[in-house]
Amino acid sequence: MSTLSAALLVLADGRFPAGGHAHSGGAEAAVKAGRITDGASLESFCRGRLHTAGLTAAGLAAAAAAGLDPLGLDAAADARTPSPALRAAARRLGRQLTRAARAAWPSPDLDALAAARPRGAHQPVVLGLVARAAGLGPLAAAYAAAYEAVSGPATAVVRLLSLDPFEATAVLARLAPEMDDVAARAAEAALRAFDEGLDALPAGSAPLLDITAEQHAAWPVRLFAT
Amino acid sequence: MTVTETAPTPGAGLRAAARIVAAPDGRGGTALPVLEGAGPFALRRPRSYGHEARVALVGAMSAPLGGDRLALTADVGAGAALCFTTTAATIALPGRTGAPATYDTRLTVGDGGSLRWLPEPLISARGSDLRQSTRADLAATACLVLREEQVLGRAGETTGRLTTRLTVRRAGRPLLDQELAYGPGAPGGWDGGAVLGGHRAAGQLVVVHPGFEGSPVAPRVLGPLAALAPLAGPGAVVSVVAPDALALRRLLDSALSQLNAVIRAF
Amino acid sequence: MHLDHPDTYPHRHTYSAPTRPDGTRRALRIGLGGPVGSGKTATVAALCRTLRDELSIAVVTNDIYTREDAEFLLREAVLPPERITAVETGACPHTAIRDDISANLEAVEDLEEATGPLDLVLVESGGDNLTATFSKGLVDAQIFVIDVAGGDDIPRKGGPGVTTADLLVVNKTDLAPYVGVDLAGMARDAKAQRGELPVAFTSLAAEDGVAPVRDWVRERLAAWTATAP
Repeated sequence: MSTLSAALLVLADGRFPAGGHAHSGGAEAAVKAGRITDGASLESFCRGRLHTAGLTAAGLAAAAAAGLDPLGLDAAADARTPSPALRAAARRLGRQLTRAARAAWPSPDLDALAAARPRGAHQPVVLGLVARAAGLGPLAAAYAAAYEAVSGPATAVVRLLSLDPFEATAVLARLAPEMDDVAARAAEAALRAFDEGLDALPAGSAPLLDITAEQHAAWPVRLFAT
Repeated sequence: MTVTETAPTPGAGLRAAARIVAAPDGRGGTALPVLEGAGPFALRRPRSYGHEARVALVGAMSAPLGGDRLALTADVGAGAALCFTTTAATIALPGRTGAPATYDTRLTVGDGGSLRWLPEPLISARGSDLRQSTRADLAATACLVLREEQVLGRAGETTGRLTTRLTVRRAGRPLLDQELAYGPGAPGGWDGGAVLGGHRAAGQLVVVHPGFEGSPVAPRVLGPLAALAPLAGPGAVVSVVAPDALALRRLLDSALSQLNAVIRAF
Repeated sequence: MHLDHPDTYPHRHTYSAPTRPDGTRRALRIGLGGPVGSGKTATVAALCRTLRDELSIAVVTNDIYTREDAEFLLREAVLPPERITAVETGACPHTAIRDDISANLEAVEDLEEATGPLDLVLVESGGDNLTATFSKGLVDAQIFVIDVAGGDDIPRKGGPGVTTADLLVVNKTDLAPYVGVDLAGMARDAKAQRGELPVAFTSLAAEDGVAPVRDWVRERLAAWTATAP
């Protein structure tokens, strides 16, 4: 389960062509509202996102990688995503990831999920199945989800605020120990979910992310999809 | 039946439970065959109007203190209707030992039943540590209106630590599951731009009704810090972040009357 | 054009296959790229107007700001609104058409699913620099649109768009006398950069000014439908 594999680097690479580059993870709305203005506020934003939406995504990904029923996890993801804009985005990203992964790591599990959810399953669930197909375990899947939860906003803020890219990368580096912690908690919860059911998975939620996602979706002009 | 136990073990905190059972009274109204609580749970029956029975929780003592373990259960039978309120805010206070308090609410609503769960806010006082959970299990045709408000600190005070999980299941399937964690010792970033953005009050209003199955509400922005959103099922949630309890309640009340109008039209 | 190339990456056809799930041939996909203001959206609009009666067409736009080009096409009513989709690009249109084409592939397939069989999908890139080209996983052929007002040295300077696009369009030839541009020189430079690849000089302001591009699109479409699915 703690096997180190280069497949994780391929999967977590920001250049993995699964649509992530067009999503700011709520950062575009936070920049407009003045809640992200510099490196420090970006860090605090990313830290909050990591421990809420990031932890939840990591738990779902770890559970899917561990072999829990993806359709049950997809329903659990719906319940953990009160914002319809974010549910739609998660499904769209799930479909995009499925497309890329079916080329990179073809897998009957992915084919089955794509057939059951032709409009896309929640991205973290797909991510877990992809990790599994790539020979990665639940912890690695949780790492990929946790990293994605913060790398997306950090990259977006470099574009939105012309923030010094070194500073944005330093934010990610400073968050690394907390990403370790989140990934470990998510993987541990995924194992508990085998015995206790899906309620054992984290359900961390960030009110401002949910609220502003709906506002952002209604903007007539925006740079990022979310 | 044993509903209340108090454990006076020094330092271990209080254990208290209360239970409400609502059932049709056979005359078009709702009876309360079980209405039991002690310790901090003093339950009163205000006059009810029409079909719906009402229960008010009167705060009989300061609770929860650190180390306390409180449990509140309400079962609304098929076809019954219950409205639950509290007469004052619940204030989480520090205990002697620094141990966290727990406060678990379990709600079930049978087919055709209706539960309006509208307590006053939960205030997290400085130095307190409360783990709260609310879980509602609804039958397929049950109706639920549930409000939760978290206020971080009394006036001019910093917040305690508060973790609260809200789970709503309908017909055995998860409809809403969210955990909020604020205050010192909570995972980092809770006060940052993704979670509270420096605000000190947050609230959720959940409305579940079979009528939403065919006609879900449209997502609606209710202000710079409030949104109404359809759930992935026959329900809607209003999420609000506000500078204080008053502003929070004003937004939730306005959303509640909008959603009440929608429900009445079903 | 990649159809003439040996099939180095056969798996691509699994994910952007020339056939639809029902076995019929999918639409030909043509990308239009080029610098800001060179007339990409105007070319797309003109192509739609001149071809919409004979072909079933849809358009995907990749804006810097999400919907500007799509809004223009909607305002001009060149196609019914359900045939125009805007893809969000996270401030990087070239990423969406070249490095991570997943959102564009989704958009193209959704259009085909929603509007029925299509003959032609035009994928327009947001105005970008001279290096932006479309991935061959996204489009079957690409047009690079420059204009005379952008300077007559662009063909000489080259760059992937100018050098490798299946068709180079030099637009706004009507402006040449006003900006002191030597069209023959541009043609010579383009020839030097592109060899046998075609170049079209257009003035969309003129009657049927898009004709050279339209004729080229018709040829590509004939070649596309001639290959077995």
